Amino acid sequence: MSSTVISPPNRNYLNVSYTVRSWLLTHDHKRIALLYLVGVTFFFVIGGLAAAVVRLELMTPRGDLTESETYNKLFTMHGITMTFFFLIPAIPAVLGNFLVPLMVGARDLAFPKLNLLSWYLYMLGGLLTMWSILAGGVDTGWTFYTPYSSTYSNTYVMATALGVFTAGFSSILTGLNIIVTTHKMRCPGLTWFRLPLFIWSMYAASLIMVLATPVLAAAIVLVGLERVLGIGIFDPAMGGDPLLFQHLFWFYAHPAVYIMVLPAFGVISELVACFSQRRPFGYSFIGFSSFAIAILGFLVWGHHMFVSGQSVYAGLIFSLLSFLVAIPSGIKVFNWTATLYKASISWETPMLYALGFVGLFTIGGLTGLFLACLAIDVHVHDTYFVVAHFHYIMVGGTVMAFLGGIHFWWPKITGRMYPESWARLSAILIFIGFNLTFFPQFILGYLGMPRRYHIYPEEFQVLNVMSSAGASILGVGYFFPMTYLIWSIFYGPVAPDNPFGHTGLEWQTPSPPPTENFAEIPIVTEEAYNFLPDDTRQKIAEEVPLVPVA
Amino acid sequence: MSQSLSPAVDPTPFESSVGSRSHESVVAHHFVDAEQQHATAELGMWMFLVTEIMFFGAFFLAYLIYREWYPAAFAQGSHHMDVMLGTLNTAVLLTSSFTMALAVHAAEHSQRRQLVGLLSATFVLGAVFLGIKGLEYYHKYAEQLIPFAGWTFGPTGNERVGMMAFFNLYFLMTGMHAFHMVLGLAMLAILIVLANSDRIPSSRSILVHNVGLYWHFVDLVWVYLFPFFYLVAIRPAGHL
Repeated sequence: MSSTVISPPNRNYLNVSYTVRSWLLTHDHKRIALLYLVGVTFFFVIGGLAAAVVRLELMTPRGDLTESETYNKLFTMHGITMTFFFLIPAIPAVLGNFLVPLMVGARDLAFPKLNLLSWYLYMLGGLLTMWSILAGGVDTGWTFYTPYSSTYSNTYVMATALGVFTAGFSSILTGLNIIVTTHKMRCPGLTWFRLPLFIWSMYAASLIMVLATPVLAAAIVLVGLERVLGIGIFDPAMGGDPLLFQHLFWFYAHPAVYIMVLPAFGVISELVACFSQRRPFGYSFIGFSSFAIAILGFLVWGHHMFVSGQSVYAGLIFSLLSFLVAIPSGIKVFNWTATLYKASISWETPMLYALGFVGLFTIGGLTGLFLACLAIDVHVHDTYFVVAHFHYIMVGGTVMAFLGGIHFWWPKITGRMYPESWARLSAILIFIGFNLTFFPQFILGYLGMPRRYHIYPEEFQVLNVMSSAGASILGVGYFFPMTYLIWSIFYGPVAPDNPFGHTGLEWQTPSPPPTENFAEIPIVTEEAYNFLPDDTRQKIAEEVPLVPVA
Repeated sequence: MSQSLSPAVDPTPFESSVGSRSHESVVAHHFVDAEQQHATAELGMWMFLVTEIMFFGAFFLAYLIYREWYPAAFAQGSHHMDVMLGTLNTAVLLTSSFTMALAVHAAEHSQRRQLVGLLSATFVLGAVFLGIKGLEYYHKYAEQLIPFAGWTFGPTGNERVGMMAFFNLYFLMTGMHAFHMVLGLAMLAILIVLANSDRIPSSRSILVHNVGLYWHFVDLVWVYLFPFFYLVAIRPAGHL
């Protein structure tokens, strides 16, 4: 490695203080991002262990590992932990927290204390939920459908719901912080159309966090009041409607899918641009399609209720609106692909994740269209087809982008490079393991295997064993990064300020950045993604080997 | 924490960077100037109020659905409301919004004594509202009109469940409103203490401004709740 670009160890946000207090009471968005990283990794492991037991049970058609009740609690625990405590905060609260102020040229988020508060609320909610699992678990599924959750379930619904409710506030605070920061904290010259696409999609996701999460809070309050006081808003004996809960829940939970995947789009836009050294094709289309998805996302919740007894006309309209989501999603996929076309692509680990994302997200998105068809949904509703579909979006999409983003910004976050060959191996293992796990589930679902059962007919065993085998590969793939990334903090090569040759303000400050982010607030005078022409880049590449060579 | 990397540019990036500006307040380290800090705080409050609208929105949706389902029962339910007390409470609350608006003006013009007085008046009016609300709740309890605590209302079938839905919503929505009033009173109490010890200079009037925004929002919710529960029967039953 060339030593000319390595700056001597200076004061940065990591070595400014080593006390526990300086971490737990920090107002620095970069440190809070790392606190969140620890949190989401912890809950990812918990949720992953639950999934591991589920997949182990499904190796055989009989229920020989767990009882029905235990199985119900396991998939509930997997769903609640992964959605509310991993997928929702993963990219916004870790990468968003770290990068938004850096990318807009600010010293911190608009409300640093609220940012810290959001982490405490998140951990409080998460630990409350973990406690309820240890105390006996919940068996309602992550969706808390009434009247089961409000009247019949004798499990720890209240504690879990309170945990999710609390975590909701942390999500609201993160979204609010990002929106206000984007509006008010941009450095001079950084107009909206000079913003990195990551900011556009974080902004769109934050709008959803702010608009949708309060509705989930209201729905949870109503379930809680029904269980504790007996206010029967969902109780037919008191004139209430249990289906109203589903409406309120999906009004949050469908847009919540876009809270998970819009930030992932932002990461992928950065990765594709960087590793093809090109301004993304159709910058403004990618930016506005994020908003189109955010807005349309609020109008499609009824497609979760096609068989819940809602009117046929409502179903028709929700079906049509759901199809419309494919347009902005398609714009993104086509634009990323067009960015790659005839570009000088390099194959660092983040790019492997990005390319994996584009393929897997496309499969996940297209199968979403199958599910938006009224007639097909009657057949595949509540089958493994649905399970496979949303895992392609959430794991194939969000988790891939999260890992790609973590690798990409790891040098900036820690000041160290990750080990490239181990990282590539893991990325490939994850891609193979993921497809082996979830592709068979499309077939299982199409053949009619319902979700949420641990006993199934003999003829489904082969596909289930394939799925479980894939899950173990996936597990290994996830285990590697957790190990080598921690290793790299201590032993990895020291990272230069801009190891991948990307544009953007975060790369113009030292790795890791100082506490105040920039010695001097930058002034932006050029467009985003203003990459050098090919010949100039070639010249620099000869001098600095770490810049990807075409 | 407050080490500096750029003495040439800004010797104390983590302290006040007020510089030549005349504001006497402390501008937090990550803002350029007090103006940016104010604008940021205000936008933050508006965003928070958006979340509150969505939160109450879920309850208003429930109200609309059940009123559509049980128009007659809702009209009948509103006959059990004390319109006099409700009107009085509406007047009390709107007056408190007025005193709150005056308090914001006083804060912006460094009129400390007026500020303390107006905030206290707002606080008292808010407390009076809650007192009257509590009295109404007690009357409903005495008339056994609480669906989840000693409901004895006679009729059966659709009318019975419709009335239960009406009173469930009444207690849910006015209760949620009262809860927000309590939070508002707590914020007012803090402001009164701060203002009394002269810790709200005009450059920090954004504190009062933001609490004022919140207070007006809570009032506005009541402006909808009052006709939704007290004035239903003024229209002929069956017409929403």
